[in-house]
Amino acid sequence: MPEPKGWKELPIGGIIDSPGSARDLETGAWRARRPIVDKDKCTSCLQCWMFCPDMAVVVQADKMRGFDLYHCKGCGICAKICPADAIAMVAEAEAGTEGEGG
Amino acid sequence: MSDFRALDGNQAVAEAMRQINPDVVAAYPITPQTEAVQVFSQFVADGEVDTEFVTVESEHSAMSACVGAGAAGARVMTCTSSAGLALMWEITYIAASMRLPMVMMVANRALSGPINIHCDHADSMGTRDNGWIQIYSENPQEAYDNMIQAVRIAEHADVTLPVMVMQDGFITSHSVERVEVFDDAAVSGFVGPYAANFQLLGASRPLTFGALDFYDYYFEHKRQQVEAFSHATEAVLEVAADFNCRFGRDYGLFQAYRLDDAEVAVVVLSSTAGTAKVVVDDLRAQGIRAGLLKPRVFRPFPAAEIVRALSHVKAIAVMDRSTSFGSMMGAGPLFLETAAAFHVLGRAPQIPMVGYVFGLGGRDISPPDLEGVYHDLLAVADSGDVGDPVRYLGVRG
Repeated sequence: MPEPKGWKELPIGGIIDSPGSARDLETGAWRARRPIVDKDKCTSCLQCWMFCPDMAVVVQADKMRGFDLYHCKGCGICAKICPADAIAMVAEAEAGTEGEGG
Repeated sequence: MSDFRALDGNQAVAEAMRQINPDVVAAYPITPQTEAVQVFSQFVADGEVDTEFVTVESEHSAMSACVGAGAAGARVMTCTSSAGLALMWEITYIAASMRLPMVMMVANRALSGPINIHCDHADSMGTRDNGWIQIYSENPQEAYDNMIQAVRIAEHADVTLPVMVMQDGFITSHSVERVEVFDDAAVSGFVGPYAANFQLLGASRPLTFGALDFYDYYFEHKRQQVEAFSHATEAVLEVAADFNCRFGRDYGLFQAYRLDDAEVAVVVLSSTAGTAKVVVDDLRAQGIRAGLLKPRVFRPFPAAEIVRALSHVKAIAVMDRSTSFGSMMGAGPLFLETAAAFHVLGRAPQIPMVGYVFGLGGRDISPPDLEGVYHDLLAVADSGDVGDPVRYLGVRG
């Protein structure tokens, strides 16, 4: 998150003049439950990627690689939709560092 | 060349709108404003303007359509009164906070209940904190002149705020007077073309409008609105100077009438100021040094300028055609604002000041009523005793 601007620097009218600024907002900060993927069960069908409302499923070379926890709000849609039952929602307090690093 | 015509205040406003030729008008009829948009809609039907006239099912929708059109980069105008303004309330804040420079005529009318269609200032005074510039007009001519100037004030690069132009419902909205109507070309030359700073439809520059704004940025955006008002005073004067230069009528933040050597002064808005001028002349003929200050711009409130203009008088009456329920002694907003200005900016000893609330729901205010106010002031000036600082004038006991 960049340093917040003061009133003299901001565009007036509440306008956002640079597209994609939501990228800088850590929506993952209010997550209560964290998705953890079991890579042995995951088939990389990418339904989680399709349904994720926050584009927080990381895909590289057509493979599901994990979650972008900076933006994942922990809604659990990925776990619900997963046909292989490969995603578990774990309470943040119990998750430790599990699932970090995408 | 201009033309002198017999127009009531609503027709005069519609005429100004025709000459301004806004891109979009979204409006809903309500007494006593109806005639203004009705006459204007005839101009649209007759092809005399290029305006897209959006007929809507409520004032909430009217103001919402104005916000949408304004965000798209259009020059936007509307008109309303009373309950219509109340229904717009939520969206008036949005127009202001999105910094959309639209112009709205308000034919002042009492708010329900009991239901009433006649003039008082409860509607616009209720919106005094919504973030709109407020300009009050004494008569149809001023309503016409103010509509034309309001476009330039709203769109001024240092301002970009919506502007409300008030006139007294029925008292001037429906009273035919001699109105000087300027040449169409002169008016369109004065208002000029409009190029919005931000346009929702500007595909070359993608922008987000109306985003969520929490504790992280909301306060900064409010601070910007406050700043815009600090520039608005100067913009009002700059536009007035150009207006005077082109059309030969001098407007300021307020009008001082026989005030320079006045001993006692009344401060009052809109049509009542016209009545007060007659009374001032009568009293002057009797050797009483009466004066008048008619605020034109209530938002931004020209506090320092008003204090300066009244600093020499011995007693002041501030007259409100609305009240603020539960305020200090039931005083009206103009009195409260003026009293605060003198407390903060005035010199000691304070000039005795009396507040009068009058004319609610269209109750007549006559020359003898105003004469009585001036005589009250002379007594206050003599004794130095304000007595009851807030008085209700013309209400039966």
